[in-house]
Order: sequence, then C-alpha cells, then structure tokens
Amino acid sequence: MKTKLTILSLSAVALIVLFMTYHVMGNWDYVLPSRGRKLAAILITGAVIAVSTVVFQSITNNRILTPSILGLDSLYMLIQTFGVYALGSSNMTFMNKNVNFLFSACIMVLFSGVLYKLMFRREGQNIYFLLLVGLIMGTMFQSASSFMEVLIDPNEFLILQGKMFASFNNVSSDLLILSTVVLALTTLYFMRFVKYLDVISLGKDEAINLGINYDYVVKRLLVIVSIYVSISTALVGPITFLGLLVANVGHQLFRTYKHAYLIPGTILLSIIALVGGQFLVERVFGFTTTVSVIINFAGGVYFVYLLLKENKSW
Amino acid sequence: MKLKYLSLLLIVFSFISLFIGVKDISPLDLFSLTESQIQTLLVSRIPRLAALIIAGVSMSIAGLIMQQLSRNKFVSPTTAGTMDSAKFGILVSLMLFTGATPMQKLLVAFVFALLGTFIFMRILDRIKFKDSIFIPLVGLMFGNIVGSITTFFAYKNDLVQNISSWMLGDFSTIIKGQYELIYISIPLVILAYVFANKFTVAGMGEDFSVNLGMNYKAVVNVGLVIVALISSVVILTVGTIPFLGLVVPNIVTLYIGDNLKKNLAHTAILGAVFLLFCDILGRLIIYPYEISISLTVGVIGSGLFIYLLMRRKAN
Amino acid sequence: MVEVKHVTKRYGGVIVVDDVSLSITKGAITSFIGPNGAGKSTLLSMISRLISKDAGEVLIEGKEIGSCKSNELARKISVLKQSNHISVRLTVKELVSFGRFPYSQGKLTPEDRAFVDEAIAYMDLQEMQDKYIDQLSGGQRQRAYIAMVMAQDTEYILLDEPLNNLDMKHSVQIMKVLRRLVEEKGKTIVLVIHDINFASCYSDYIVALKNGRVASSGTVDEIIDTAVLRDVYDMDIPIETIGGRKIGVYF
Repeated sequence: MKTKLTILSLSAVALIVLFMTYHVMGNWDYVLPSRGRKLAAILITGAVIAVSTVVFQSITNNRILTPSILGLDSLYMLIQTFGVYALGSSNMTFMNKNVNFLFSACIMVLFSGVLYKLMFRREGQNIYFLLLVGLIMGTMFQSASSFMEVLIDPNEFLILQGKMFASFNNVSSDLLILSTVVLALTTLYFMRFVKYLDVISLGKDEAINLGINYDYVVKRLLVIVSIYVSISTALVGPITFLGLLVANVGHQLFRTYKHAYLIPGTILLSIIALVGGQFLVERVFGFTTTVSVIINFAGGVYFVYLLLKENKSW
Repeated sequence: MKLKYLSLLLIVFSFISLFIGVKDISPLDLFSLTESQIQTLLVSRIPRLAALIIAGVSMSIAGLIMQQLSRNKFVSPTTAGTMDSAKFGILVSLMLFTGATPMQKLLVAFVFALLGTFIFMRILDRIKFKDSIFIPLVGLMFGNIVGSITTFFAYKNDLVQNISSWMLGDFSTIIKGQYELIYISIPLVILAYVFANKFTVAGMGEDFSVNLGMNYKAVVNVGLVIVALISSVVILTVGTIPFLGLVVPNIVTLYIGDNLKKNLAHTAILGAVFLLFCDILGRLIIYPYEISISLTVGVIGSGLFIYLLMRRKAN
Repeated sequence: MVEVKHVTKRYGGVIVVDDVSLSITKGAITSFIGPNGAGKSTLLSMISRLISKDAGEVLIEGKEIGSCKSNELARKISVLKQSNHISVRLTVKELVSFGRFPYSQGKLTPEDRAFVDEAIAYMDLQEMQDKYIDQLSGGQRQRAYIAMVMAQDTEYILLDEPLNNLDMKHSVQIMKVLRRLVEEKGKTIVLVIHDINFASCYSDYIVALKNGRVASSGTVDEIIDTAVLRDVYDMDIPIETIGGRKIGVYF
C-alpha cells in the first residue's frame, strides 16, 4: 500500500516538473508565474474533487455516485448563463471575477443547504431520495439555462461556452488565495470527522451501533462536500466526472476501506489526471479541446464500463 | 376523473391553443376568415396544435411502456438515457453528413436512442440493489454521461450551441412543411395499444413471461423500439420535453390504479392536455413573447415529480 | 437493566409498535417471538436506537437512550441486524477490529488487539481471520459479525433474527455460543427469533408480540404453553416435553 502511494507521488511530481519546465525556451520570468498559477489551480481543484467524491461515496455506500449529481454543476451554469443573458458578456467580463466567484459559490452552498434542510426535516429519509431531488433540480436548471442559451447572441455564447467547461488557464492569483483560505478552513473542520469515515462506509446501522452520532456526522460531511464542490466549480468550472473516475480507480488500485490510504491516493490520482490532461491539451491537442471535456469523456466511458461490469459494490 | 371530462378539457385547450398568438384571430372570426388568417391557421396554428397533441400523447405512452417493462414507476425516456442518446445520435448525423436531411437525422438518432435504452436495460439487469429511487438515479447519471460524450464531440466540431437548441423543446418553430415527421408517432402509439397486455406480462420478468409462453425478448424489443422511435421523432421535431413521460402516467396511476389497458387512453389524453396546458401557459406569461415548452414542462414537471416522490415516501 | 416504557412507532398512518412496556432481565437471554408483522424487529431497532420512537422511552440503567452520548452507548449496548449488507471489502479480522471503535476511535491499542483476538478465538474463527467476509459461508459470516459485537464488549447484545438463512447445524452452533456468552461472561442478550422451539430451548425469558402489542411475557415455562401460544399465533400448538425441553409441535 505504501509503495503504491510512493509510486503515485513520484509520478505526480515527475509530471508536475515536466509540466512546469517543458519548452520554456529561456522565458522563465513569464512562464513560471503563469504556469505556476495554472498548477496551483489544478492542485487545489484536483485535491478537493478527489476528497469530496471519496467522502460522498462512503456516505452513500455507493461507488457510482458523485457529488456532482447534487445539481450544483447545473446551478453554476444557470448562474453564468443568466449573467451573460441579463448583463451581456461585456459586462460579465468586466464584472469583477472575485464578485462572480463569491456570488456563485455562495448561491451553490446556499442551495445545497436548503436542499439538505428540506430533505432531512423528516426523519429516516433515504439519502438516494435527496440525490434524486438534487438531480431533478439539476435537470430543471438545465432547462432554464438552455432556454436562455438559445436566446443569447452566438458571439456572446462563445464567452459562455468558455465557462461551461472547466479551464485552468485564466485563474487569477487573488481567487487562488481566496479559495485556498476558504478551503483550508473547511478542511480544518473536516479533520474532526475524518476518523469516522471508515466506520461510516460500513453503513448506517453498523455506524450507529459503533457509537457514531450518524445523522449529525453525515449532515456535516455533506455540508463540507458541498462547500468543496462549490468552491472548485466556482474557481475553474464544472468537471463532472473527474471525481467518479479517480475515486473508482483509487478503490481498484488500493482495494481497501481505509480512508487513510484512499484519500491521499485518490488526491494523487486526481492531480496526475489533471496535470497530465492539461499537458495533453496544451501540447498534443494544441488547445482545440479542454481538460474537462477530455476527462468527462474518459470518466463517462469508464463509468458505463463499470455499470455494465458485474459488480458487487453497488 | 372520467375520460369524458378529460376529452372535453382536451377540446377546450385545443380551441384556446388555436386562437392564441401575435396574429389576432378570435373565435368569432371563424366564419369570416380573411385570407391571411386562414394562412396563419393552416401554416402555423393547426400544425402546432397537431404537433402538441401528438407529442403529448406519444411521449406519455412511451413513458408508460418503459415503466411497465422495467417495473419501476420512475423510469421514462428522460430518466433512462433515451433522450440523451437520441441527442448524441443527432450530433453524429450532423458530423457524418453535412446538411443531413431530417430522415437521415431521424435514422441515426433512432439507432442511438435504441442503443442507449438497451444499454440502460442491461444495466438494470446487473443492478442488484433495485431500490425504486436508485434506478432513476442511475438512469439520470447515465443520461448525463452520454451527454458529456456528446459534448466532447460537439466541442471539437463547434456544435455546442447547435446541440443546445436540440435540448430545448420549442413549439413556436413548428410550421407546415417542417414538422410532418411527427406523424410517424401515430402508428407507434397504435402498436403500443395492441401490445399493451404483453408489456405488462413482460414487466413481471423473464421467468414469469416465459412460463406464460410468451416470447419475452421479442416483446421487450418491440417496446424499446417504440420508445426509441417516439423519443427520436419528438426530439427532432420539437426538442427535449423533460419529465413528460414520467409525470403523466404516474398521475393517471394515482387516480385509476395500475391497469395498463385502462390507463392507456387516460395517459394519452392527459399527456396531450398537460402539454397543451404548459404550452398555452408559456405563450401567455410573457405575451407576445414565448417561454419555451421545455422550461414550463421542466418546472411544472419536476415539481410534480418531486411531489410524487414525496407521496411515495409518505406511504 | 433495560426498561421499555410506553414505546410507540408509526409508519405513515399504521401503528407498528403500540404502547409497549417491558423490562429486560440482566444476565439472561430474552427472546421476542410473534407472527410476521408483530413489530418484533421494529421494537428491537428502537431499543437499540437504530430508529427513533414516536412516543415513550427506553431506559438503560435508568438513563433514556436519547440523552446518552452515542459513543458511551456503544460501549453499553450493541446490535446486529438481520441484513448485514456491508458493501466494503473487509477481512474477518478487520471487521472484528471495528468492534473496538467505540473505545479507540480507530487507533487500536494493545488492549484492543487482545479483545479482538479473544473474540476471534471465542467464535472459532482463527483459521479464517484473514479471509474476506464475502468469501465466507452464511454460518461463518454470522459468527464473524457476532465476534465483532463481542469485541465491542457491551453488557447488552441485541440480535435481529441471528438464525436467518442458517441450516440446523449452524443455528445450533450460534445459539450455543450465545448461551455461553450469558453463562461465562454474564452478558444480557435480546433476540428476535421465529422458531419457538429455538426460543424455548435456549432462552430464559420470552416476550410474545402480536399486532404491535405485548401479547404475553414471562419465563419459558409460562409462554411455551398451548393456550398462550394460541393467543399469539391463532393456531393450536401442542407442547411435548422431550429430554426436559418443551417442544411445540406445530406441524
């Protein structure tokens, strides 16, 4: 197990070095800060998406779910579409990025808060019920966005299209610092619950039997997960299936229930996928596609494979 | 609710639908129509009405068939990846043939929709945990995934906004000469009626139907073909109408129970009434502009869906 | 002592457990019997706080379970449900080690390890302790779960149909172990069980439930009785005494 982690860490570091130094041609002053920002954005979102998916899957006892289906991605798109539709793309670009970030993140956290409140009001609610409602809301947001999308002028649509897919290219340093602070605080809070994760993955009855205040812990974990997802989505845009991809590869690779290995392993996988993907996009595809499109594609295909394979874990 | 009242409602809504629009036509003009009024009626209003009724009827029936076959109240073309697969098919047809004819699009979309639905049914077989809420969750996820594959190719070919327009259900673009494809649904609905009892038996499972001497696979395949074809036709002529096939059959079950033969007529008419209602609403709210049908149905439908889920939990 | 006072549970409009009061004697096996839908499992789940109750209270050593800290409660009372569907891939030893979670919060001390080893030995699982749970047979798996509950080292052990899907040999094996736990370790065990003859041969007290209410309760001799059982099951069950044990011939 430890060797696997070491190998993963080494590959991640090697990829990062390659990414930072490839084809610099002496322009260190320009290249380093610009790639450094990209890298920071990748590290943050990669880690956050990995952790939130692993935690989410342990809570739901299910390997084919991801927090993206809480409807947050679609909500983000609705906010962005509405922004472009109502204010126009030029105003949208001029609109302070920080304001947009904070506004979107807050709305998303608020939405999931309200969703949880409504769903957990009645005792004994099935968590799948919560997810289904989230997903339905997501479909509704999508209908609303596509209604506006068609009304938008094709030129403005291009601006919007840029936001539909996660991109690490234009993340400003202020935003990076801001989201790092928020995430660090959230993670500090999350640390209190880490020790419960192994037991929670056994299932509700077992967890209660082993003395976990189940409802209390799960609600807090869900809030943490939605803060994570909101921040990463607001920072770079939606990458729906990255979490699904890396969490499942992580489970396959480590074959353990121990989150002490699963979480770092999945974080590393996620970083490898993103740095590698970004490298491919820049050097091989020459920016004709985006990382999130590639990863969603790969993740999606892998997921269908998982579903069709006979499997006991869900 | 009696079928009689439902039919009456349908007639009333159809009537209203004919007389709403920017071009002023009042029922009183009916016997003294001007040339341009006749034109409007023939080219736009009547085709629109026909498309609405056919789409409402056929999508609801498609939903009902899927629910019978999968024995799950919450499976429908929206929650089983059928719609998304059809969309993927349209994209592929656009990539394959530049300026694809409607027929080419329909054919490719149909093949993909059928394939997608088939994969979903296969997934259903593999899933051991057959919680009635879990199944639609998997279906919606599956749909999202097919959607992301579509996006992958759309992005590479600069077709994202084009695909977006297929996402959107819209009856305002229906005019004579561009919507006739939807009539393909009529024989399909009749076929569904003929096969109704067999679908019910097939829904009981393979062992059960074989025991009753039925060719299980053939019946399931007929069902899936009907569903895939209806979904492709509707998506091509109108666009996506989310949750229609899910909400309507469920409402019918609420008030008359689970007898398929009896439900069919109710489901068909209620589907048309529901869609007409949403359309009229969309045309009136920001008159003289229109809100697209997928938005009105999306909002009303998802609200109803959540209500149905809540109800189910309460029992 | 565990005391149940006026406990009620409704699902939708249906009352599943209706104003049940009873007390469970320490250091003995108490079995809940009754027809399907009598509310046995629901009652057990409420006593073990797996589901909430709509009315009434459950007191453990005089303290209402709702007001106890969850972690402290897990050192007093443990519960095993009939459907042990664990989706995680675990070995027997790892499963049993989870029983120490209420004490160690995941970091096992040497003392915890001793408890784990003892529980594994007690349930005769040494040879398969490194096997994965999903590789075991039904009887072995049930023993592994009981070993976990043993490692939890609680005074009260609640089991929901522990003999479900087990053949005769394994059923007897499990019941004998439970008996030993009571006699050697002084545990208090509460069972939901279907077969009245298992209840008769291995328990000290029986609570018979019907339609969500306690139909009758008492010692084995009081309950395993044709007249009492007729009330509970609506059928005549002649009782024979064979080798000092009361056997209901319900066939």
